[in-house]
Amino acid sequence: MDRTKARGSLIAAARGLALALLALVGSITLFVLSVVSIALIPIGVGVFTTPFVLGFVRAHAQQRRQLARAWAGVEIATPYRPFPADVRRGVVGQVERCSLLLKDPATWRDLRWLLTDMTAGAVTAILAPGLLLEGVFGVLLFAGLWTVLGDGWWYAFIPVGGWGSAFLASLLGCVWITVGMFANPYLVRAHFKVAEASLAPAREAALGARIDQLTESRHAAVDDSAAELRRIERDLHDGAQARLVAMGMDLGTIEALVEKDPAKAKELLRQARQNSADALTELRDLVRGIHPPVLAERGLGDAVKALALRLPIPSDVDVTLHGRLGEPVESAAYFAVSEVLTNAVKHSGAERIWVDVHHADGHLRIAVTDNGKGGARISAGSGLTGVERRLGTFDGVLAVSSPAGGPTMVTMEIPCAYS
Amino acid sequence: MRVLLAEDLFLLRDGLVRMLEAYDFEVIAAVESGPELTKAFAELTPDVAICDVRLPPSHTDEGLQCALAARRARPGLPVLILSQHVEQLYARELLADGNGGVGYLLKDRVFDAEQFIDAVRRVAAGGTAMDPQVIQQLLSRRQADRPLGGLTPRELEVLELMAQGRSNAAIASQLVVTERAIAKHTSNIFAKLGLPVSDDDNRRVLAVIAYLDQGR
Repeated sequence: MDRTKARGSLIAAARGLALALLALVGSITLFVLSVVSIALIPIGVGVFTTPFVLGFVRAHAQQRRQLARAWAGVEIATPYRPFPADVRRGVVGQVERCSLLLKDPATWRDLRWLLTDMTAGAVTAILAPGLLLEGVFGVLLFAGLWTVLGDGWWYAFIPVGGWGSAFLASLLGCVWITVGMFANPYLVRAHFKVAEASLAPAREAALGARIDQLTESRHAAVDDSAAELRRIERDLHDGAQARLVAMGMDLGTIEALVEKDPAKAKELLRQARQNSADALTELRDLVRGIHPPVLAERGLGDAVKALALRLPIPSDVDVTLHGRLGEPVESAAYFAVSEVLTNAVKHSGAERIWVDVHHADGHLRIAVTDNGKGGARISAGSGLTGVERRLGTFDGVLAVSSPAGGPTMVTMEIPCAYS
Repeated sequence: MRVLLAEDLFLLRDGLVRMLEAYDFEVIAAVESGPELTKAFAELTPDVAICDVRLPPSHTDEGLQCALAARRARPGLPVLILSQHVEQLYARELLADGNGGVGYLLKDRVFDAEQFIDAVRRVAAGGTAMDPQVIQQLLSRRQADRPLGGLTPRELEVLELMAQGRSNAAIASQLVVTERAIAKHTSNIFAKLGLPVSDDDNRRVLAVIAYLDQGR
């Protein structure tokens, strides 16, 4: 047996001991407190104690989730419903909080977990150090401990009454130690699997959460596109349309003036031409805002390059794409990059920007880094919120790393395939 | 002068043919799609080709790609690209071979027939015609980055027109000064930017654009 394995087994034994203590002390105490607190709700006291107790229960469960991730790589979902933003203060708020907590299925899963944790969870956890300790004890019996303990001591199924039976006990002890060496990490993992089975939301709950998320992102998408259409309508109405009206009017006047006052007619002609040029410029800007021509002609990579060329800050663009992506994804990604770049130019004070676009493992990944002053946040009205929401429609995510003093790195990831 | 024209919108194609013929050009073919344009490039020998960037059937940058391919086959073949939008990215690709005889203009520029025809003639003669918008983007970007080595406002104005591909005579008439004054400005500009002086008009323009575009 190599040293790392022995070390791993000893660490697992220590972790098992810690988990068993948590399960036996923490879970039993909290379960008793919860039951008492909930039982006291009818007489009123429980309404005030329950949120506190359940708060501790959640913290206890959260700690186990963290340990599961850190010690065994087991990811246990955190399915708690967030409190609505408008929960009231004071007594009314307390009642509201209490009822919200009791309505959350995650609360009842937590309580169920406390039960499994103090039984099955504790047993799997205690086995890890237990196997080693019991093994060492067997060896110690043969080393002479049996004489101290006296006659009739049972080591597992062996009645220890002489050097012969003590030797057998030590052999069995060695078996326990060997088993422990191999099995300990698995026992710790088994403990977390037990926790996962009780804590993680059932499939229906997961589906429910997914439906909630889809409903929300669909609403956002519908709202966004309605607002977008409204903006386009207004731009056309006040811009190109108005200019064409003015042009038609000018042409009518020119028709009337062309013989009477050619000089004036000429001036109006110039004005009409200017109006048509302006209308074209406005239409071009509008088109760029709806679907940039480079994106249609060349795809995301070159569109981002063209975008970077328009920035007042020098930039490096690195694109690794082997083909076109779906049009909706390209468009969403383009406008996301555009918004992030605009933000960087406006707020970061950066001297250089790096953009990296590549596709790997079925995801489009985009990173925008600047060497500005940092401190960027995804908060209301920051522009990044809108990006996050729009990417959400594609199950995309946005992450911002922006420590004070910089650098700022915004990463976006959208699951998608080449078209 | 023999012109090959590729434009998919009937109204614009028709208008361009009439305008070109009014200025004594001979339109040897007016095509409306990428494959037709490729065929025309293979079969005909135009003095200048005028192509829309976006052509059917793909409605991507088919026109631009055809033109670039034709220029690879016949280096220096004069090509004027028209588009509803201008991108430095495309301008760079067009200028990359350094051969001259390249134009890149917004479709709006056909409003001013005189100037448009002047641009066509310039390109056909191996010169350059860059849209003012491309040059302005280059300049504004360049100035935000690093100011242009102490050029006076007048010299900046001359630089901008020169980068568009205008000749000294054309710049002089636009700014209403003598050609000699412009020659003095341009030699000042070249000295201040540290660019090699060249008698060849087109080399000069390409050097200026390359200077503005560097350091990205």
